[in-house]
Amino acid sequence: MEKRVTFKGWMLPLCLLAPQVIITAVFFFYPAGQAVWQSMFIPDPFGLKSQFVGFGNFEFLLSDRYYRAAFATTAIFSGLVTVVSMGLALYLAVLADRLIKGSGVYRTLLIWPYAVAPAVAGVLWLFMFNTRVGVVAWYLGLLGYDWNHVLNEAEAMGLVVAASSWGRVSYNFLFFLAGLQAIPKSVIEAAAIDGARFWTRFRTIVFPLLSPTTFFLLVVNIVYAFFETFGVIHTITSGGPQQATTILVYKVFADGFVGQDLGSSAAQSVILLIVVGAMTIIQFKFVERRVHY
Amino acid sequence: MSGMVEKRGAGYWLTHVGLIIGVLIIFFPIWLAFVASTVTQPEIVHPPMPLWPGDQFFNNYRSALVSGINAPVARMLANSMVMALGIALGKILISILSAFAIVYFRFPGRKVFFWLIFLTLMLPVEVRIVPTYEVVAGFGMLNSYSGLIFPLIASATATFLFRQFFMTVPDELAEAARVDGARPMRFFWDILLPMSRTNIAALFVILFIYGWNQYLWPLLITTDPDMNTIVMGIKQMFPSGDDIADWPVIMATSILAMVPPIIVVISMQKLFIRGLVDSEK
Repeated sequence: MEKRVTFKGWMLPLCLLAPQVIITAVFFFYPAGQAVWQSMFIPDPFGLKSQFVGFGNFEFLLSDRYYRAAFATTAIFSGLVTVVSMGLALYLAVLADRLIKGSGVYRTLLIWPYAVAPAVAGVLWLFMFNTRVGVVAWYLGLLGYDWNHVLNEAEAMGLVVAASSWGRVSYNFLFFLAGLQAIPKSVIEAAAIDGARFWTRFRTIVFPLLSPTTFFLLVVNIVYAFFETFGVIHTITSGGPQQATTILVYKVFADGFVGQDLGSSAAQSVILLIVVGAMTIIQFKFVERRVHY
Repeated sequence: MSGMVEKRGAGYWLTHVGLIIGVLIIFFPIWLAFVASTVTQPEIVHPPMPLWPGDQFFNNYRSALVSGINAPVARMLANSMVMALGIALGKILISILSAFAIVYFRFPGRKVFFWLIFLTLMLPVEVRIVPTYEVVAGFGMLNSYSGLIFPLIASATATFLFRQFFMTVPDELAEAARVDGARPMRFFWDILLPMSRTNIAALFVILFIYGWNQYLWPLLITTDPDMNTIVMGIKQMFPSGDDIADWPVIMATSILAMVPPIIVVISMQKLFIRGLVDSEK
């Protein structure tokens, strides 16, 4: 798409572009390039010299038990966050869509968590389940369940999933509600007159018509779970116990900044870069299709 | 309400009950944090803590704001405010200018610039932290506002958005401006900018929250407690080792960390939803 009417000159547009181009070159392209470059070296322990190893870091990573475990952890974590947050959001959106009046009030109340930073959400959930003072942990104890996410790997995973999903419900709710409200009421009424019950209507009409929204949210939520949940993990579990909640982004941080293993951390960045790139392409392909939908 | 779409009767009330349960579940963590910020430390460390606010609201918040634990929380709030505003306004400024250049001019290399900008879409700072850290350290920008802001505005999501919007602006407006002999910047200030008001506001809401809620980046580059932002500062308030955390002050800080973005989202709800939908298109 092009504009028919344009202004003359090339000095002015270059000046207008300059701030963005300079900032992205310095703080985006150069570091991204560096990540690719560093991923092919192993620095010596004193950081004085680096040895070129080609794809050595990648080969090492892909055969590394801990890295493969982090991949699996990330897959489980993002799968659970996506399903839990989308499921809850869809449930609430379907209910809110049934109201003629008042859905605005619920919407106002349900968007609060969007504003809460993942790291703050982590602190809130940590507080509820803290093994010493947590209210929920205490009541679970009364019921005879001994909650301890500091030692129990499954409980640790459950807690970071809950905290991450909680923060995400608002976002999914807004998109689902918008999607539901865009479905013509006449279609649903016609099915109702034909005698289709609510669940049948939902399964055969509403859900299929909602599929563009669902697919879009699927991709966006996976990206969210991959990258924006660092704060949740760092505040609640710091990747533990026994690396049970070490997702890929957390490992880039842990290896690069805590472990000072720069070559490996850079190689991990490059792998993540490829993952995001792939997801972006999927999303754009889909968005293009959605336009023609 | 077998098979009908009407909204009264038992189903109507069940809908409300379902929604209210959902709202309560969603609100519980925030409510609990608020309660914890209004009671004394002994009330929390001898569980179960109360579920109704106590009378220590002013004490706890004063203690957090004035002295905090590593740094006064008032200071961290100010840092977060500078960072969030810097990111929101900075990104809008550089993006709207470059979108104007790309849409309204023909110059050599225009396509290249467009694709370079396009490449930055969606690549989060998390995946390039080590080299970005080195760049920022090289410029001596650790523990500085510019170090907090610049790496986070180095992406082009907003440029893309403004470009999409400018494409929908009728050509006649630019034509008329050109016939009148108006300079490009005059057209930008007098016509394009006022027309973009809603888009700018919607984008501002999204970017403000994005900036305010940053965690990893401030964690890496602000080693000086006086430069900590509130969102990353909370975790620093937990003691290392076996000491018991000062929960009332920590929870007061958590509430303070939520208030500004919540105010922005709720008060600008329409713009927020619009911004959200636009920025994902």
